[in-house]
Amino acid sequence: MPSLQSRINTAADLFRLQETLQQRASSNNRYIAVCGDTGCSAWGSKSVKDVFRDCLEQKGLAGQVGMKFTGCLGLCESGPVVIICPEQIFYQKVQEEDVEEIIDKTVTRGEIIPRLLYQDVLSGETYTYMNEIPFYQKQKRLLMGNNLKIDPNSIEDYLALGGYSATARALTEMTPLEIIDEVKFSKLRGRGGAGFSAGDKWKECYDAVSDRKYIICNADEGDPGAFMDRSLLEGNPHSVLEGLIIGGFAVGAREGMIYVRAEYPTAVVKIKHALHQAEELGLLGENIFGSGFDFQVSISIGAGAFVSGETSALIASIEGRAGEPRQKPPRLAQRGLWGRPTVVNNVESLANIPVILREGEEYRRTGTDKSRGTKIFSLVGKVVNTGLVEVPLGITIREIIEDIGGGIKGGRSFKAVQTGGPSGGCLPEHLLDTPTDFEELNAVGSMMGSGGMIVMDDETCMVDVARYFLRFLQDESCGKCFSCREGINRLLEIIDDIVHGLGTPGHIDLLRELSVVVKDSTLCGLGQTSANPVLSTLQYFEEEYRAHIKDKKCPAGVCKALIHFSIDLEKCTGCGVCKKKCPEEAISGEKKEIHEIDPERCSKCGICLDTCTFDAVLKC
Amino acid sequence: MRQLQEQKASKEQNNNNASNNHSLVTMLHQIQETYNYLPENVLRELAKEKNIPLVDLYRVATFYSLFSLTPKGKHKILTCTGTACHVRGSEKVTEEISRVLGIQPGETTEDGEYSLEAVNCLGACALAPLVVVDEQYHANMTPAQIGALFNGVRKSTCQDKESSHCHCSSVAVGSKEKS
Repeated sequence: MPSLQSRINTAADLFRLQETLQQRASSNNRYIAVCGDTGCSAWGSKSVKDVFRDCLEQKGLAGQVGMKFTGCLGLCESGPVVIICPEQIFYQKVQEEDVEEIIDKTVTRGEIIPRLLYQDVLSGETYTYMNEIPFYQKQKRLLMGNNLKIDPNSIEDYLALGGYSATARALTEMTPLEIIDEVKFSKLRGRGGAGFSAGDKWKECYDAVSDRKYIICNADEGDPGAFMDRSLLEGNPHSVLEGLIIGGFAVGAREGMIYVRAEYPTAVVKIKHALHQAEELGLLGENIFGSGFDFQVSISIGAGAFVSGETSALIASIEGRAGEPRQKPPRLAQRGLWGRPTVVNNVESLANIPVILREGEEYRRTGTDKSRGTKIFSLVGKVVNTGLVEVPLGITIREIIEDIGGGIKGGRSFKAVQTGGPSGGCLPEHLLDTPTDFEELNAVGSMMGSGGMIVMDDETCMVDVARYFLRFLQDESCGKCFSCREGINRLLEIIDDIVHGLGTPGHIDLLRELSVVVKDSTLCGLGQTSANPVLSTLQYFEEEYRAHIKDKKCPAGVCKALIHFSIDLEKCTGCGVCKKKCPEEAISGEKKEIHEIDPERCSKCGICLDTCTFDAVLKC
Repeated sequence: MRQLQEQKASKEQNNNNASNNHSLVTMLHQIQETYNYLPENVLRELAKEKNIPLVDLYRVATFYSLFSLTPKGKHKILTCTGTACHVRGSEKVTEEISRVLGIQPGETTEDGEYSLEAVNCLGACALAPLVVVDEQYHANMTPAQIGALFNGVRKSTCQDKESSHCHCSSVAVGSKEKS
């Protein structure tokens, strides 16, 4: 058996090693996958995994039953997720105390434990196997599907699934132009949000003449509510690395860089480990696969600046300067990192590359004519099944929210869905049948963005959402352009007035006028799109603005200045819980007598509403 | 002319390599990791040593939100203000933490025990609203749970220390709270 310690010198070496590892994996296919992504870890999956490991050892099963601490398995809402393979029995919300029972019953005897199965909220139906669960049925997990079979710390797992075959093919059988043509032919569009053709981008850098070029993986995933890039780096780092190596070869760069935001420490650890493993095997370094191509990768860590995700700002940050965007042209393919031609690709775009080279035909069959392949969305907010979903492009937003997401949480009604992060927009119910396609989303005033999909119900105030994004952008605007720096401030001042009950009828026109000015007169994408949350909420939810301005009411009950709390005289039992919990001592009343809220002292924190078990606190 | 160009290119190359190995952002990360913040005297030394104008250092240090020019507290509290957390009520949660600790996001309590940071998105949206105390994740937080959460933190802090040295009782936690 080829030792993992020995260097892979040729494509034949790789295929031999893959075969050995495949045989090993198929002869020992009984294993327990515990999701180790940030979501499940936060629910306690690390200790669940440790208990599994100890328990298997104690029972003498460690040799027969494997363990994988995997990347994201998708259904974050049900964490910690545990899947018993090869059957793919899906257990949710597994706690340490469930572990022994799972081993004794399911792993040893094949018995199912009903209480740990996923149950559909609406139908009440339970599902045993992963693929039966409606959440997974409409998905096409080309990028994330392998997460179940891969321990991100194990390059062996990746190789056993045919990992690095695409790199071998690219470096030993193809010319850079052939690779670029294949990527162009696949119609892969940048997954960072802009949707620029990845093949055209590579060609531009390929054409640039220079003794030194760079390729950068942009993992500065700054959109709030989006975490697919983090999950790809944490769950399947070698797939991203493969994309980077192939891209480097195609454009003629011998140095690659991964720019990760500092808020993702686990991703940094995982990708560093993956780099080390690839270097040890000779998949990075000099003369990869004997092709004569040298390639090395380094990691650069951000320091918390949303605008640094903009490519020219990202380069400034790597060079050690404040991450501010610059005027383009010259484009990065002419003048990028350290003044050299540079190409910057998003994490998800790069993870698509090995899939395209390995399964090009299947890839091209997926998606729409203009937007091919799959897209990972982080489906979050007021939706039943929160998590990461990978769908063929072109699927409608309704299918994602209703069929995959299971509809709105807590039986409330749908109000809006926000896509595209702070640059995107909010879409109302009548646009739910819009397909997830770059052009279609732009046409209705939103955008694909990096893939955040935040679902909002009737308890979400759309004026407050616009205010939220403006505050975010106010913080994150680098301040270089006057129109962005001051324009966002003025927009925010107007919205602040509106949510405080000081809005005037002229404010709506003023917001529209100012938004257009900000849009038209700023340098970078952040500034140009910064008014989108205001414009789209105005376009589809103007009546909510009017309710704030004219009636001085917040229909969703969010804006503090426009709501007040009171006690329902018929429901109050005088139990005293609200009085005890009120931080402002604003509630008075004797035990077993009806209580009262002093509006002067009430800070509208809502603690009384949350703690009253008799629904006796009213908010209006 | 050509010679001049080559000289210039080679000089640029050297500069590039130097910058590449010691990017300013990386250096500031290292300092912050050592001291828990960016102390003025260390920045002055660095400026001198690397021959970088102090104003440039200051500009980079203040541009990025993760760098701090003031000392951070022993306990780090992060409230996630991502969109998913926001629509599930994180603003009220942050306000309640601010009220309990007596500090605004970005500040540290006077006794140096607690720092509060509001971060854009921690990417664990299923747990929204999310509060992280000393790397421990607390999911689905509501303002009503904050008091209990900090009493828990206080208790575990007390257990970590000899009681005579424990400053927890003087922490602003619960200053306006009834037990």
